[in-house]
Amino acid sequence: MPARGVDRDLELRLDAIRREHGDTVQVSKIGEVVRAMLDTMAGDIGAGDLRLYRELESLSQYIHAAKEEIAALRPGEIKNEFIASATDELDAIVGATEAATNEIMDAAESLGSLNAVLEQDVAERLDQITTRIFEACTFQDITGQRITKVVKALKEIEDRVEGLVKMFGADFADGKPKSDAPKDLTDQDLLNGPQLPGNGTNQADIDALLASFD
Amino acid sequence: MAVDKNMNVLIVDDYKTMLRIIRNLLKQLGFNNVDEATDGAMALQMLRVGTYGLVISDWNMEPMTGLQLLREVRADPKLKPVPFIMVTAESKSENVIAAKEAGVSNYIVKPFNAETLKTKMSSVLGDF
Repeated sequence: MPARGVDRDLELRLDAIRREHGDTVQVSKIGEVVRAMLDTMAGDIGAGDLRLYRELESLSQYIHAAKEEIAALRPGEIKNEFIASATDELDAIVGATEAATNEIMDAAESLGSLNAVLEQDVAERLDQITTRIFEACTFQDITGQRITKVVKALKEIEDRVEGLVKMFGADFADGKPKSDAPKDLTDQDLLNGPQLPGNGTNQADIDALLASFD
Repeated sequence: MAVDKNMNVLIVDDYKTMLRIIRNLLKQLGFNNVDEATDGAMALQMLRVGTYGLVISDWNMEPMTGLQLLREVRADPKLKPVPFIMVTAESKSENVIAAKEAGVSNYIVKPFNAETLKTKMSSVLGDF
C-alpha cells in the first residue's frame, strides 16, 4: 500500500492537472506526474511500494520511448506535406481525366453530327464506332470514385496522425526544422513529375527560357 | 404495346460526364427527351413536377442517394409506377438486394455498354 503522503501528493497533482487541462491530458504531463511520484517515494518503502515503484518506473520509460519513436515519424511533415501533396495530386488526376473525357466526347459528338450527310450504311457504322467511344468514356466515372476512396483513406490517416500530434504536444508538430540555407540540386531533386495546375512552367515560358540561352 | 420513345427520361448522376455519356447513348437508342439531375433531391423535385416514363439513376450521390430516391419514388402514389433503373459502381450483392427490396426495376453495374443499357431498358419498358 503506498504511503499516505504519496496518495495525497498524487491527488493534489491530479487536481491541478484537471483544473489546467480538463480530462484531456498530454502524455508528457502523465510522464511528469509519474516522475514526481517516483521522486517523493523516499525513506522506508514496503514490498508493495517497491512493486509500485517498479511499475511506475517502467511506465515512465515506456512513455519516454514512445515519445521518441513518434517524434522520429515527424507527424507534422506527414500531415502537412505528404498527405496534403497526395490529395492535391489525386484531385488533379480527377480534373485532368474529366477534361480529357469531355474532349473525347466532343469529338465523338462531332462525328455523330456527320450522319445526316453520309450514306446509311456508313452512318450506321459511324454510330457503332461513336457508341464504343461513349462506352469507353465511362472509365472516368469509375476512376473518379476509386480516387475518392483513396482520398478518404488518406484523410483517415491524417486524422489519426493529428490525434498523435495532439497527444504528444505541439513540439512534435513540425518535426526537424528545415534549413533555410540553399543547397545544391542533385539529380534526384530534379525528379518531381508533373506539377499541379498553375505551378509548372508552360511551353511558351520554356521556349522563352531556352531562347534566353542563345 | 410499342415503346414511346418520345417519353421523358430522367437521368440522375453527380458526375456530369456520366450524364453526358448516358444522354448520348439514349440518343442513339432513339430517346431524345432526356432531363438531368445531379442528385436524388433534385431528381425528386423534378419527378414531382414533371411526367417521366423512366428514371435512370446513380447510387452514390449527396445529399440524397439513388437508393433514397428510389424509396421516395416508391412511397409516392403518383411516382410509384415509374420504371427505375439503377446504374452504379456499387456491385456487392447486398447492394443489389437492398435495391430490389426498395423496388428497383433493374440494375446495371458500371462500366456498362450500350447493349446492356438497351437490354435492361427493354426489360422494363418492352422491346424497342
